[in-house]
Amino acid sequence: MSNIYAIFKKEFKSYFSSPIAYIFITAFLVFSGWLFFRGFFLIGQTNMRPFFSILPWEFLFFIPAVTMRLWAEEKKLGTIELLMTLPLKDYEIVLGKFFAAFLFLTITILLTITLPLTLFYLGQPALGPIIGGYIGALFMGAAYLSIGLFISCLTENQIIAFIVSVFACFTLFIIGEPIVITALPGWLAEIFSFLGLGAHFKSIGRGVLDSRDIIYYLSVITFFLFLNTRFIESRKWR
Amino acid sequence: MITVTNLSKRYGPTIAVNNISFEVQKGEILGFLGPNGAGKSTTMKILTCYLPPDQGKATLAGFDTFEDSLKIREKIGYLPENTPLYNDMIAADYLRFISEIRRIPISKRKTRIKEVAHLCGLNREVLGKNIGHLSKGFRQRVALAQALIHDPDILILDEPTVGLDPNQIAEIRILIKEIGKEKTVILCSHILPEVQATCNRIIIIKDGQIVGSGTPEELAAQAQGEEIVYITIQGSQKDIQEKLDAFENINEYRLTDSEKGNFRFELKSQKGTDIRKSLFQLVVENKWTLTELQKTQLTLEDVFKQLTTEEN
Repeated sequence: MSNIYAIFKKEFKSYFSSPIAYIFITAFLVFSGWLFFRGFFLIGQTNMRPFFSILPWEFLFFIPAVTMRLWAEEKKLGTIELLMTLPLKDYEIVLGKFFAAFLFLTITILLTITLPLTLFYLGQPALGPIIGGYIGALFMGAAYLSIGLFISCLTENQIIAFIVSVFACFTLFIIGEPIVITALPGWLAEIFSFLGLGAHFKSIGRGVLDSRDIIYYLSVITFFLFLNTRFIESRKWR
Repeated sequence: MITVTNLSKRYGPTIAVNNISFEVQKGEILGFLGPNGAGKSTTMKILTCYLPPDQGKATLAGFDTFEDSLKIREKIGYLPENTPLYNDMIAADYLRFISEIRRIPISKRKTRIKEVAHLCGLNREVLGKNIGHLSKGFRQRVALAQALIHDPDILILDEPTVGLDPNQIAEIRILIKEIGKEKTVILCSHILPEVQATCNRIIIIKDGQIVGSGTPEELAAQAQGEEIVYITIQGSQKDIQEKLDAFENINEYRLTDSEKGNFRFELKSQKGTDIRKSLFQLVVENKWTLTELQKTQLTLEDVFKQLTTEEN
């Protein structure tokens, strides 16, 4: 546990030791805020749905940027050799990195709190979908993070890690969207809509916390973190 | 303390390490010497449990690198090649991070970091800087401090003095010697004087194989098949060469230099036969003038060259 915490602290600090974190947070807030308010005054409804419906698309580009350096940079700098020869278990490193990225994402998302506050100032939005939306955003974000983290360990090039992560997240997201689903035969459509990253987010966003959705996200996260650990271990396979 | 048996490692078609075996005792500093690409760093990577061997095994402090890697990793301090460090971290933060993972109790962390920082010549100003902004020498010291912080039983240093200035090199060598009194140290290098100055024992490796091992003196003696004597004589070239042709115990000689009637010869003689005395007599008998007479010792450098450039 203390090892995970040590890695977590180091990774989390390193977000803020360079301008990356500030640029990232600013860009995310400006971008998501602008997309939200662009339609807000036209529609004239005090709810957060426009914000949450566009969030999976924003995450597609923002989250790979959070995870791209986590392993790729270790590989590039060669620090991975020192890290792996410290008395740490592989999963401890993976979890430490994941939690650091997750906390960073959580902070970024929480900073959008100004949006619901504005809504409450202007009218009486329903609280349930807003809270549900935020919880769902965290779960979905964590799933994206686990994918991005895994892909980062496949390469030493951050740009490649970013692009491949965007593509992987996009694939896993789009297979559950109507555009794909409607083109598929019924039985396959059902599987795909379950596997899609976005569909579960929508149902949480309605304010309904279904254990199936939670389990889905937790499984995706566990699966990719497990894959990540195995991949790190694989250098030791003979 | 360290036992390596029949270790082999290949990367694709290239054999990096080919069936090497050696042992290192406690309180010994072993120099691991070899030209670039000889397999030194690969061997170190296997010893530090970063890579598995293809064949053979390595045990450190009784633990197998493959089976009990975690236990070994607790006991070793490792300075990898090229000092990989987190450039965006402050040096002191980095040492704190390492001391946390090395399980140094919180109460002792501060004093321990101070101790190693002092040992490695890192002052407060350096500790407060970003590692990425440090000079190569200071980076090296931070990496060394990192390897020493938990007072490890086994220290593995891969080219520890690269990028240091001569004064720093001397300091680090003294430090390594000091540590080597009680601990086990493996020092990888292609810098000969370094190994000669710090190590009790040397292993020379080439193309993944051990080509020589022993104390620096043993190695020099082992490779020394011939003694070389330089002599410069004033006299007639023809005369001198005739006499040298007839001289006993000379395997081979050649004229290396001639200037104003001074002829300089390089004589190769059988090992153990000091021919300087009889050469001197030869000069006296023939009434030449002797201006130079010198026997050269084969240095470790010659041994290294000999062992690592021979075609097998």
